[in-house]
Amino acid sequence: MNRILKHRLFWPVVVLVALLLLNLVFTDGFFRIQMREGHLYGSLIDIFRFGAPLILVATGMTLVIATSGIDLSVGSVVAIAGALACMQISDLSDQNSVSGVLTAVGVALALSVVLGLWNGFLVAGIGIQPIIATLILMVAGRGLAQLITDGQITTVNSAPYKLIGGGYWLTLPFGIIIVAVVLALTAFLTRRLALGLLIESVGGNAEASRLAGISARGVLMTVYAFCALCAGIAGLMISSNVSSADGNNAGLWIELDAILAVVIGGTPLSGGRFSLSGTVLGALIIQTLTTTIYSIGVPPETTLLFKALVVTIVCLIQSPAFRAKVFHRRRRPIEARPATEEKVRVSA
Amino acid sequence: MLKRISALILAGATALTMAGCGSGDGSGGSSGGGADDGKIVMGFAQVGAESGWRTANTKDIQEAAKAAGVELKFSDAQQKQENQIKAIRSFIQQKVDVIAFSPVVESGWDTVLKEAQNAKIPVILTDRAVDSKDTSLYKTFLGSDFVEEGRKAGQWLVEQYKDSSEDVNIVQLEGTTGSAPANDRKAGFQEVISADPKFKIIASQTGDFTRAKGKEVMEAFLKSNPDIDVLYAHNDDMGLGAIEAIEGAGKVPGKDIKIITVDAVRDGMQALADGKINFIVECSPLLGAQLMDLAKKVVAGEQVPQRVVTEETTFTQEQAKEALPNRKY
Repeated sequence: MNRILKHRLFWPVVVLVALLLLNLVFTDGFFRIQMREGHLYGSLIDIFRFGAPLILVATGMTLVIATSGIDLSVGSVVAIAGALACMQISDLSDQNSVSGVLTAVGVALALSVVLGLWNGFLVAGIGIQPIIATLILMVAGRGLAQLITDGQITTVNSAPYKLIGGGYWLTLPFGIIIVAVVLALTAFLTRRLALGLLIESVGGNAEASRLAGISARGVLMTVYAFCALCAGIAGLMISSNVSSADGNNAGLWIELDAILAVVIGGTPLSGGRFSLSGTVLGALIIQTLTTTIYSIGVPPETTLLFKALVVTIVCLIQSPAFRAKVFHRRRRPIEARPATEEKVRVSA
Repeated sequence: MLKRISALILAGATALTMAGCGSGDGSGGSSGGGADDGKIVMGFAQVGAESGWRTANTKDIQEAAKAAGVELKFSDAQQKQENQIKAIRSFIQQKVDVIAFSPVVESGWDTVLKEAQNAKIPVILTDRAVDSKDTSLYKTFLGSDFVEEGRKAGQWLVEQYKDSSEDVNIVQLEGTTGSAPANDRKAGFQEVISADPKFKIIASQTGDFTRAKGKEVMEAFLKSNPDIDVLYAHNDDMGLGAIEAIEGAGKVPGKDIKIITVDAVRDGMQALADGKINFIVECSPLLGAQLMDLAKKVVAGEQVPQRVVTEETTFTQEQAKEALPNRKY
């Protein structure tokens, strides 16, 4: 029992279960999953489906934060990837051509990686602080997305493109499958190979790692490129889900939700260690919270307050220092943990 | 060295953003103070290019100015109030004949409007209002009446269900919380349908005027409310997102669930013509001709009403099929 209590993912799980229980009480049929039109249909499926882009972005963000960096530009990359793919598809003579869509997707993802390398270059090559370096792309990227779409919402009508974010495969939403593959790959690369160790060591102390023979620069470039790639895939999902690219609103504030997901999952903003499963859990908590708000009918004027309250509770309950103060019991000496939990905001 | 490089990058980034939004910057540039040749010079400070609606608005004003022989000095504020204030100040310095602008936000305009007044340059507000107590600071406000748009939506609904006595379950997708169009479209709609208790708004949530949010919220509505008769969305885009959600749930938009939206942008009109939306209340960005008309009157010193409502209509599915080929936006 004590071991379960002390597990670092214990409290996030408690919060997720509590949110789901809230729905069990207030929403009829929240847990009902049916087959409809040949695929699974239900609120729980929705949480995964709409949470998929956030999980992806947060996965990339986890690795960046593990190097004690941060990437504010993911929202803009989301918008750019969707805009570029949609523009290319809308220029195709046959929008349903699989090869045309694959090319568009490939080009969009390639550009995302280039943007990530740019971030990596600014951080690792020139040595600009990550928050400033990625802020540049965050601001300029929206402009770039609007330049691509000419300020309009571009609508496409393409069945293969629709599959990415709005389609189903083997009765499951295709987006969930993509997320599962990316997560498995990331987990393999970071936990079975040495990459995770290198990332954590660079996050812990970049200079010491360099002296120990780790190419800190290479690790940073890789991590920022990977983060942008994840954001690019998320961008394709978001735009494919509604078959259109909206340079202004796609992925707006998703960087904040992603950072929040990482923090809820127990990865400290100071870097040096990370938890992928925690991040997934964090992203699911955020999406469940959003879906809960819609299902139980919190009035729009109070949604942000409701979200803020839940997030505050989650963060407080996550903090060992807070728990020790409230429960008047010190099970173990509290580690000197940086107060990462405070710097968190939720987007609308 | 470091600073220099980052400064360069920043400059590059800014140039890029400007290139993205400033499609209309080319029209200014000639000498200021231009009433000499009898041609009216208008300074126009646009909000930005944040949506298709806004782009159509910009284009229409530029075309109308050309047609009316008005010299237009155009500035794009990129959704920032300080840019707009800067633009208005530069218009005052160039001594234009009339200033028109769509305020990004409602408050904080008194000082710069006072400066225009002291320079004896009349000001016309378009599309959005300011909350100044002193209404003498601007000549007139030309724009849509959002409350009336909500009423029109409500009236169509009442008309559709006038023979039925059963309850009508309505879900509402609201615009960005706190924005004037969202508040007013909600209020106007509520006002009309509250006359009859059979109309029930069973769920109402913000979809932030975007397709993605519209779809997400509608998915949740469909699951928590099995019996929805009508969807009222505060703009076309949220309605379009919701249509996808309704189709995903195995229902037929336009038949199983009747859909009313506001705006009448091209994609929305297409969906209306295809029978997926039932009724659209127009919120027209094409106010250029009316604006030029007002500008001429104001410059000539004629009296104009404090509030001018844009000429707007509504569309049914048949009307949409007719209107679609000539749609500008």
